[in-house]
Amino acid sequence: MEWLELKNVDWSEIGIGTVDTLSMLGFSTLFTILIGLPLGVILFLTSRGQLLANRGFYLVASFIVNVLRSVPFIILMILLIPVTKAIVGTSLGVLGSIPPLVIGAAPFFARLVETSLREVDRGVTEAAQSMGASNWQIVWNVLLPEARSGLIAGITITTVALVSYTAMSGVIGGGGLGDLAIRYGYQRFQTDVMIVTVVILLVLVQILQSLGDRLVLKYSRK
Amino acid sequence: MIQLRELHKSYLVQGNKIPALLGIDLSIKKGEIYGIIGHSGAGKSTLIRCMNLLERPTTGEVIIDGVDLTKLDDRRLQEQRRHVGMIFQHFNLLSSATVGDNIAFPLKLAKRPKAEIKQKVDELLKLVGLEDHRDKYPAQLSGGQKQRVGIARALANDPKVLLCDEATSALDPQTTNSILALLLDINRKLGLTIVLITHEMQVIRSICDRVGVIDGGVIVEEGDVLEVFLKPKHPTTQEFVEQVADSHELREAVAHEKASGNRTIARVTFLGEQTYKPILFQTMRETGTVFSILQGTISRMKDTPYGQLVVELEGNAEQNKQAIEKLRERGLEVEVI
Ligand SMILES: Nc1ncnc2c1ncn2[C@@H]1O[C@H](COP(=O)(O)OP(=O)(O)OP(=O)(O)O)[C@@H](O)[C@H]1O
Ligand SMILES: [Mg+2]
Repeated sequence: MEWLELKNVDWSEIGIGTVDTLSMLGFSTLFTILIGLPLGVILFLTSRGQLLANRGFYLVASFIVNVLRSVPFIILMILLIPVTKAIVGTSLGVLGSIPPLVIGAAPFFARLVETSLREVDRGVTEAAQSMGASNWQIVWNVLLPEARSGLIAGITITTVALVSYTAMSGVIGGGGLGDLAIRYGYQRFQTDVMIVTVVILLVLVQILQSLGDRLVLKYSRK
Repeated sequence: MIQLRELHKSYLVQGNKIPALLGIDLSIKKGEIYGIIGHSGAGKSTLIRCMNLLERPTTGEVIIDGVDLTKLDDRRLQEQRRHVGMIFQHFNLLSSATVGDNIAFPLKLAKRPKAEIKQKVDELLKLVGLEDHRDKYPAQLSGGQKQRVGIARALANDPKVLLCDEATSALDPQTTNSILALLLDINRKLGLTIVLITHEMQVIRSICDRVGVIDGGVIVEEGDVLEVFLKPKHPTTQEFVEQVADSHELREAVAHEKASGNRTIARVTFLGEQTYKPILFQTMRETGTVFSILQGTISRMKDTPYGQLVVELEGNAEQNKQAIEKLRERGLEVEVI
């Protein structure tokens, strides 16, 4: 069990990798929410029987979301290289990995948003309508607060998914722990580096999941 | 206060038109409690939901306090809806907000100043008797308490009309009575017009002034509760009246008596003060008619006490005829069965 001695592990590089992963994760989660939340709300509102029901619009939006979700992330990332360059000027490093992460995760999150809004009791929306609420007020004061715990669960799932996406982005030089795992662990057979990065990612996922679960519990009023 | 004119509503289900309301004309006066009763699927919910345009009628007018809601754009409709409160069978409270915040909700939507909201919420909590529950969440309340929150919330904008869609159907009889008492109290204190929908005659009898019976999307009978209750004309109405009148047993008794010969059986109705006076006994003694009581009820409709006795007159034909005439002279309603 030679790898147990961790003699190939350069801790400062692990440290930098961790910070890179965290910043990729932080920014991509932020933008995923900023784009996915409104997208999910629009999907919900335009779906059948809802406030802004619009069959044509819904079908088109839904189709685009499905396409983005069905392309494997690794392929999406490669396909998006020109787009990424156009947006942030590079397709490498932390910066270069954020656009594909967001474009990959936002449609996924939007679907989760749509699903949790669907869980909101229709009667509550009607009650708000009967009080003279505008559509905007219904979204802001009824749908989002009522779906809060579902949305938090959705954010947790998305963030955890993003952890593995960030690791994958190492393949095209995205930086972070995934990058280390591929360069040292895979290409140079340094199993110990691979294991250390995997353990760090595992710990990260555990922390995110239990944090999310706790928030869901805190905000559920059912 | 509320006028419905030629209201039609049909739902489109998979390309098929399903008619739910077939020409409703209704006029509800300011300050009255108007009950609408009907069987499941008769169109009750559709009708009341048309009154604030939660459901848009296919054709017809919905006039609330002089304004035809069907002619308004979205913004003005939202404005008008603030004058029409609504409570629901399943309460429909915000589960993520406390009791206080639920009551404050319509005021927040109307962008009222904070201080005013707080004062109004205090007032309403007191009105519905929930002062101690301000910071609880709906999941921590009983059904009756939830409906009280619903009522307080519906009253927050000082509406002119309160619509109640089966507001007591999810509650036990005792809680039902306390909610009905609260509605009656609000009606009197605030002069609020109340429209309520139910499938229980008991509810109509305890608080309504007038009642409309809906069947198959049309109003088949309408009038003062007392009138409709004592002399139901339409078969559906008669069915509902039977819910509260043990008429089944009566019919058996009458059939039994009739089978045993040529008898005179009469239903005598007392109203108001008469209910507690010995008019029947006096009359029978004066005319020398022997009688026996087959069935009797004394009850109350909103504020009016009433009694109904079914008696068999056992005198000779002349005595029986005289007795009936005398009873009528004294202002009782007598119907020979
Ligand atoms: N959203 C809808 N889509 C299609 N049909 C509907 C819809 N709502 C009601 N209906 C139909 O309209 C008719 C009247 O329904 P409504 O809900 O008004 O009845 P109700 O008297 O309130 O019954 P209940 O006592 O069961 O609540 C029924 O035949 C029902 O199937
Ligand atoms: Mg109904």
